[in-house]
Amino acid sequence: MSGRWSTQRPDAPQTGAQIYRFLLKRLGYALITLFILSVLVFASASLLPGDIGRNILGGLASERDVAIFNHNAGVDRPIVVQYLDWISGFVRGDLGTSLQYNVPVSSLLGPAFINSLKLAAVAFVLVVPLSILGGLVAGLRRGSLTDRAITITGISFTAIPEFVTAIVLILVLGLWLGWLPVSATAPEGSNVATQIEYLLLPSFALVLILFGYIARITRASVIESVDADYTRTAYLKGLTSRQVVGGHVLRNSLLPTIAVVATQVGYLIGGLLVIEKLFNYNGIGLRIYTAAQNKDYTMLQSGVLLVGVVYLVATLVADVLYSVLNPRIRYGSAE
Amino acid sequence: MSAMTDDAAGIEPAAGFIPKEASIARREMLRQLARSKTFLIGCVLVGFWVFWAIASTWLIPHDPLEQTDAILQSPSFAHWFGTDQFGRDIFSRVLAGAASTLRVAPLATLLGVTAGTMVGLVTGYFGGIVDETISRIVDAVLALPLIVIAVVALTALGSSDVTLIVVIGLIFTPPVARTVRATVLGERQLDYVQAAQLRGERAPYIMLSEILPNISGPIVVEATVRLGYAIFAVAGLTFLGFGVQPPSPDWSLQIAENYTLLSAGTYWWTVLFAGLAIATLVIGVNLVSDGLQQVVDQ
Repeated sequence: MSGRWSTQRPDAPQTGAQIYRFLLKRLGYALITLFILSVLVFASASLLPGDIGRNILGGLASERDVAIFNHNAGVDRPIVVQYLDWISGFVRGDLGTSLQYNVPVSSLLGPAFINSLKLAAVAFVLVVPLSILGGLVAGLRRGSLTDRAITITGISFTAIPEFVTAIVLILVLGLWLGWLPVSATAPEGSNVATQIEYLLLPSFALVLILFGYIARITRASVIESVDADYTRTAYLKGLTSRQVVGGHVLRNSLLPTIAVVATQVGYLIGGLLVIEKLFNYNGIGLRIYTAAQNKDYTMLQSGVLLVGVVYLVATLVADVLYSVLNPRIRYGSAE
Repeated sequence: MSAMTDDAAGIEPAAGFIPKEASIARREMLRQLARSKTFLIGCVLVGFWVFWAIASTWLIPHDPLEQTDAILQSPSFAHWFGTDQFGRDIFSRVLAGAASTLRVAPLATLLGVTAGTMVGLVTGYFGGIVDETISRIVDAVLALPLIVIAVVALTALGSSDVTLIVVIGLIFTPPVARTVRATVLGERQLDYVQAAQLRGERAPYIMLSEILPNISGPIVVEATVRLGYAIFAVAGLTFLGFGVQPPSPDWSLQIAENYTLLSAGTYWWTVLFAGLAIATLVIGVNLVSDGLQQVVDQ
């Protein structure tokens, strides 16, 4: 038991190999998952009722035009060939040609991806410290009014759809108080501060969705480490509360929180779809949405697979952080 | 001889006790639920909207679809929540709007929980390669946010409440299956399952008549949690235009139809009341599921 709270790095030769194996195994799982995901995404986008050319060109186009469109887009080839073509291109960074705009998908998804990253970054920078603080306070004052207030508010806002909270935020902060711009897109050529200011309102909606869950996990692990032997020992050694909380409780509680934060990336992207539509913000969520609306399958497939890649990378990063930061989690002992 | 009678004596009263113990446990659970403030407040909120979902047809002051010349009027004595851009009474539309959410989300949940329970029972009970394969597919599906998968599927299948129910139900199947599977793995080793196997009972009987009743608690909790997610998902997808279509008096649809007017800043009533309706319903469902979880976990 002694030294469980130690944050010393494991001595490299012995444990380095273990971490390496663990991460390799996780990477393997992630690749298998990506493969299945790509097949599912491709299948659902391709095996659709209706003719792709007809869907894009509309009911008035002639049979011949539709056939030519389908041939040029390559959708008249066998399905397996289409899949292999798409996936080998995707791996090389060629996401195909948008059926709707007739330009490379990457030229549309690239800037959109950057925009989404900006929005997600602002939301994360706000929510991570805020929810860890909330969870820490709630956990340290377990059962108090403060705890109940933080927990109940957190859970409630996690459950309410993001567009509902966003609407209320737009009404209150944007229109009634006039504190924040209601559009997410800053005017062309704005500096960073202005861009962030425009992103605050949509970020707040995402923050409210994510806060409750992260705070809840932090709270649970804070309670666990407050009750743990090492904390009692630390108090008995004569350390002040501040030292115990900072050095022991918080350090140990951060680990599960990191894992949770990474899994929230997925929810965050889901939230982006709705929030970007609501604010008409040109991010990957809005691109996926418009591609779905316009039946632009090449854009839809690549956009969705890109989201899957981002999510799996985030999960892998969490695994790496988790195993590097925490010497007691070993793949072997965790199994 | 004496050992045999002892055994018989030991079995006899125990067999007689089983239903009684079960009913005592159930009564105790209900008693705890009745004392749980979380659960009760949740029930009141959900009950309120269930009532209006059923009764709004007869009790609302205006036809929710009736268009009038009185467009975009602020809340007044005649129109408590004001009117929208087509002059429809928002008070009536908000109350009538309970019906579509409370039709689609529970049916999707029912589908997902039923299918997930079946898959979870089979994979948990048999294990092996089937289990491994399904787990991989589950991971792949869960690698995407629910709403993204749903958008892809709904684009493929077309938008209506039926496809929305089927798509959300199918997306819920893997996570429910995962929960049920974990619970079944715990049960499979217990004496009553092995006793049934030794009696020569067939696998479907053991799964449905022996294991299922014993894991009903976690399944009910899972179902209420899923219902919360389902309302969340249905609301989001309807807002994006993949669910109930206009002119239905649906809450998310009302927000989608009216939020673009907000730039003028004065038509807050067209979106705020529908938003509050969604918020109270999801919070109610989450309180119910939290209350249930606390009691079942004990």
